[in-house]
Amino acid sequence: MSNSARFAVEAHDLVKVFPRGNVRALDGVSLQVEAGTVLGLLGPNGAGKTTAVRILCTILGPDSGHATILGHDVAKEADAVRRIIGLAGQNAAVDDNLTGRENIRMVGRLTHMSWKAAAARADELLRDFGLVDAGDRVLKTYSGGMRRRLDLAAALVARPPVLFLDEPTTGLDPQSRQDLWGVIEDLVSEGTTVLLTTQYLEEADRLARDIVVVDHGRVIAEGTPAQLKARLGTSVIAITLPNKDIAARAAALVAPLSDNPPLMDGVMVELTVEDGPKVGAEVLRALDAAQVPVAGLALREPSLDDVFLTLTGHKSEGETDEERAARSGKRRESKRRAGSRADPDEMDAA
Amino acid sequence: MSTMTVPTALAPAPSGSRLRWTLADAATLTWRNLKGLTRIPDAIFFATLQPIMFVLLFRFVFGGAITIPGVSYVDYLMPGIFVQTVAFGAVSTAVGLADDLQKGLIERFRALPMARSAVLAGRTTADLVRNVFIVTLITVVGYIVGFRIGTNFGLFLCGALIVLIFAYSLGWGFATVGLTASNAETAQVMAFPILFPLTFASSAFVPVSSMPGWLQAFAKHQPVTQVVDAARSLMVGGVTHNTASIYQALAWCAGLLIVLVPLAVSKFRQVG
Repeated sequence: MSNSARFAVEAHDLVKVFPRGNVRALDGVSLQVEAGTVLGLLGPNGAGKTTAVRILCTILGPDSGHATILGHDVAKEADAVRRIIGLAGQNAAVDDNLTGRENIRMVGRLTHMSWKAAAARADELLRDFGLVDAGDRVLKTYSGGMRRRLDLAAALVARPPVLFLDEPTTGLDPQSRQDLWGVIEDLVSEGTTVLLTTQYLEEADRLARDIVVVDHGRVIAEGTPAQLKARLGTSVIAITLPNKDIAARAAALVAPLSDNPPLMDGVMVELTVEDGPKVGAEVLRALDAAQVPVAGLALREPSLDDVFLTLTGHKSEGETDEERAARSGKRRESKRRAGSRADPDEMDAA
Repeated sequence: MSTMTVPTALAPAPSGSRLRWTLADAATLTWRNLKGLTRIPDAIFFATLQPIMFVLLFRFVFGGAITIPGVSYVDYLMPGIFVQTVAFGAVSTAVGLADDLQKGLIERFRALPMARSAVLAGRTTADLVRNVFIVTLITVVGYIVGFRIGTNFGLFLCGALIVLIFAYSLGWGFATVGLTASNAETAQVMAFPILFPLTFASSAFVPVSSMPGWLQAFAKHQPVTQVVDAARSLMVGGVTHNTASIYQALAWCAGLLIVLVPLAVSKFRQVG
């Protein structure tokens, strides 16, 4: 029981295979979330993040393995688990045809509060989330940021000690994202345990104390953000060359400047490094000295794709057709990042 | 933000009987579905406009060419219109569930400590309430174009009740259609080929005896004909009186519920 007291969420060796196409969405995932902390579950599209969350929220049963929330088994005590968790994010929606207030009252009633208690809780949450003025408006009129805030408010109706946030800020503008991060931080400071899935390193970096990285249904790395960053380098230098032959030459020239091998993508060469500005200058000097013409050079923070390239040596592959078929019809928001490096299939894992 | 969470406070464990909460959850979702319906007034408008147009079409365009011995065509027609309307209305059960599934609302419901059956019960009950409204409205329209109850008001209500029970049974079948379709549009398209032969190859608009033999074999033995004949017997009476059809209609409703409810429930479990 000492473990149960320390960890609010524990998952052991979760396996989930979707029969259509025999997709192993989870292939033995284990993780723990210490009570009162945030765990960031990171992974590319199709990694199995959402499947893990759905199992922990009792929406889906695992094929094998087991998981507990505050000591309650998700498979055997699903009803007890549902009373202590809240779920918000890309897949848990709110009703477009109801007002904000009605949505929260509905969730209150469905968690078996009295009408009066549900109404009072709705007033409280609308105030806390800055939605008092919008409370009696139908959700269709809400902005993306307002919807996500209401979605989170709906997840908090029963004051759950454990909160699951499945890509809570995907598709939001930077200001809305900042606002939502503030709300999550407040919740954690009051003792809520949070499991957060995200595609944004920055988000995990800001909110999570621990990070678990999954790919193809397996845990491929875990640690604090600082530990992971140390493994990944902190910047990516992207060099654009006039043609592929010159790109190959440039790749050979810059290779000694980083511990990570350069990655080639057409006329682009990318180098993951610790100190971007310093190495960037070195790259220019080296190419200049060898009289290699450079068409462009950019410095950026590592994206999750870079994380995966570094950790696994392959690009994220996205959801397979079978997996999508298994979950057909679920609404998804586009997560394709600017630029063309995101995988062609922007659907998330089942 | 001091009121946001008290992490040690849990949602209340259900007090009272399980049945009580199951009913309360179904009532909450019925409320939610009806409330949602009032927010799309154009959908209500067209849902009521269509049966009104059918009344006018058959009363004034086709009606003159159809003669039924012993009964005025408008009296013959109205029970058929009731059944046809609620049968087509059952599509909204499919569309509503497909929409909830597509938008992820069912995902949220599954993570709540509510009764699993409430999603389906709330949807079918809301559609039942909607049908009560529509049947009432068409009765008024029917009266305006000359329909008169041939029996008495009590029997008329019994006929309407059979129509509503039939619609409710059919709704469970369309719940399965909605859970099978990947989105609301598909659900709508899937429903049409089921409903079209059922409603038109029936006694709803013309006597089955006027159809070719091979079609009669189907038309005579399918539920819409039985329910229309039962409603007609109770609402119009006279030459349309047919006691056997009342029992057959009720048997059909019971049979449909026995088959379609478990089917929808098992489909609902699968789509998780």
